[in-house]
Amino acid sequence: MQKSEAVVIPMQKNFNDVEFLFPREFDMDSFIQATPLEPFSDNSIEYLNALSLELNKDKDIRNYPDVATFAFFCRKANILHFKKDFSQQDILRLGRGIIFHIAPSNVPVNFAYSLICGLLSGNLNIVRVPSKEFEQIDIICNAMIKVSMEPKYQPFSSRIALVRYARQNSATAYFSSICDVRIIWGGDSTIEQIRVNKIPPRSFDVTFADRYSLCAINADKYISETSPEKIALGFYTDTYLFDQNACTAPHLIIWLGRSEKIENAQRIFWGNLYELVKLRYKVQPVIAVDKLTSFYNQAVQLNNVKKTITPDNLIWRVELNDLSKDIEEYRCTSGYFSEYRAKSLFELSKIIDRKYQTLSYYGIEKNELIQFITKAKPNGIDRIVPIGKTTDFSLTWDGYNLINTLSRIIEIR
Amino acid sequence: MDIAELLIIPPYSLGGNEKQIILNSFLTRLTRHHYDNCPAYTRMMDGIGFDYNKDYSIAELPFLPVRLFKMFDLLSVEKEEIVKTMTSSGTSGQTVSKIYLDRETSANQTKVLTKIVSSFIGKQRVPMIIIDTEAVVKNRNLFSARGAGILGFSMFGSKRIYALNEEMELNTELILEFLENHKNERIFLFGFTFMIWQHFYKQLIEKKINLDLSNAVLIHGGGWKKLVSESISSYDFKDKLQKACGIKHVHDYYGMVEQTGSIYMECECGHLHTPIFSDVLIRRASDFSIADIGEKGIIQVVSVLPFSYPGHSLLTEDEGILLGEDDCSCGRLGKYFKIVGRLKNAEIRGCSDTYAEKF
Repeated sequence: MQKSEAVVIPMQKNFNDVEFLFPREFDMDSFIQATPLEPFSDNSIEYLNALSLELNKDKDIRNYPDVATFAFFCRKANILHFKKDFSQQDILRLGRGIIFHIAPSNVPVNFAYSLICGLLSGNLNIVRVPSKEFEQIDIICNAMIKVSMEPKYQPFSSRIALVRYARQNSATAYFSSICDVRIIWGGDSTIEQIRVNKIPPRSFDVTFADRYSLCAINADKYISETSPEKIALGFYTDTYLFDQNACTAPHLIIWLGRSEKIENAQRIFWGNLYELVKLRYKVQPVIAVDKLTSFYNQAVQLNNVKKTITPDNLIWRVELNDLSKDIEEYRCTSGYFSEYRAKSLFELSKIIDRKYQTLSYYGIEKNELIQFITKAKPNGIDRIVPIGKTTDFSLTWDGYNLINTLSRIIEIR
Repeated sequence: MDIAELLIIPPYSLGGNEKQIILNSFLTRLTRHHYDNCPAYTRMMDGIGFDYNKDYSIAELPFLPVRLFKMFDLLSVEKEEIVKTMTSSGTSGQTVSKIYLDRETSANQTKVLTKIVSSFIGKQRVPMIIIDTEAVVKNRNLFSARGAGILGFSMFGSKRIYALNEEMELNTELILEFLENHKNERIFLFGFTFMIWQHFYKQLIEKKINLDLSNAVLIHGGGWKKLVSESISSYDFKDKLQKACGIKHVHDYYGMVEQTGSIYMECECGHLHTPIFSDVLIRRASDFSIADIGEKGIIQVVSVLPFSYPGHSLLTEDEGILLGEDDCSCGRLGKYFKIVGRLKNAEIRGCSDTYAEKF
């Protein structure tokens, strides 16, 4: 059967007001000449390792733990570890072609993780970095420029284009019209805005929408924890480090265990967290008003809601007496937590829907967690990780195996 | 003590202790009234741990963020009792606050406003020039805090004209004729700060119009946000107006639709004053404790007036500084303070972009 040519006609190339951070001189026509590669190609692993080494030479990296973490992630040893998990069967895979990444505006280093997923899966990558300027982006960009000047890495470097432009720009339409996969970070309203731009018929979007996350703590186990300050630090990293505004940050704390233990555990848990938050965090004045407003809103709409008295506005705790289905709507940022005492994890099955992303936990056996998922079969929750690990990047995110998603299978019989 | 009794007392005549005692009992009573009659308020107070039987001081009383009036219809009387609904001046698309007034609350607002303003312009009604266009009050679609403000202050005018036409151009001839007819009388000018600057002052200068307003009193409100962006200070505003038309008595006021009536007038020393009907508390954002004199914080306003809606103790989104109490050189008793501006929008990290649309 004859088929007509692609329905979506590539948009006019118009790079007015588009800043090319990498490479400085960009030629679209030669960019798209490059072929896809198999996932975890040696070239991609060597390139990322070179980038990691280059980043570690930059003195500024010390001021940016997020860049340091990224550099650490790119090490050969780490990537090989991922490769080992990936190398299955004799399936032949190649990258899908061109990936257009739209990075979230408020997390400086996220664009780089998105990019390495695109590189490791064997693709060409156009990455739109946040329009807001971040030092972290400059550091990573500089390292990429330096690596690209070594002849050895020059060909692989040409698989990357980093662009920056303001929200309203025809470049989004153009890049969308030529991509094989479009990755949209940033939440529901960004996704809606970006989706106005058409992609070719066989292309698809990988979207990272607004999500809701929660944390479950077994009080019986927690009270015998010998370093509760470490758990507090982990929880701080999960929440306050990104103003409790990352999709992975818990808003609801589920307490499991005997009730007399729970009270004790709460005292230790919040007490330790408070010591840390007091030293490291400052609540912006308008956020203090937000927290109070969020609480009154919650008190009006849900039954039996009580504010737990805390010394100040750094930590707001709201005690729930039952779990309402729409609990995820009652949240704030910068340290506002609802708490509920549950008889078992299974109580969560009535509230978990597609919005739920990360369940962080303390003192719960892996077996119990598997039992919970296989028996309750919730529509939501894509990740279950210990407290402190919620923001750790992984090649599996939001329920997608990104390497598999961004590559295609070639069936040979 | 009730509002009728308060109205007999001159508005700036009570010292701190005396005023405190009156407001404490007044506001505790109001809190109980709203607790008994506004179901949403009951739930809020139960959530925050309000003790119905305790006698609260105003510093201990719970306060509601003004934003809640955008999110809920809050009223403490039967719906049939409502005679007027005030809305905040949100631009199109924004949600607006809705304030429900019964006859008594509305009447008390008028009485209290009269009491406060007449202590600045005298008890007699005087010829009044409204520095705005009549369209604001005529056109119901435009009717908002601006229209309500004009109507509220109009009762002080014996005769009234609007200084601007619908195109916001100065009605020069009308104004000159009005001034000629009321040559030796005190004239009352009223308008919104930015309108006065943008459409009155600027036209006086551009068109080289000569007005003699040396015997006039100007009262203006509505905030400084737009003038701050033009780098015009309160001092510049007064100074330039005086040079342009000779006006010497200029009083800013701070007020909001959520507490209409009990406004805070600026005295001759440039300080905003609390009358006996209301008070201002400056709170620290870190823990909502009371800030020291001279320390910047979030402004809380309390007022004895709100009976039909639970707006007697409100946390605004403005920042201010308490300058002193009972010792302003203008001689008025009560606290005096200044406004710093609106709370800055939050800059927060994280991948979610829904924050701004939440409220």
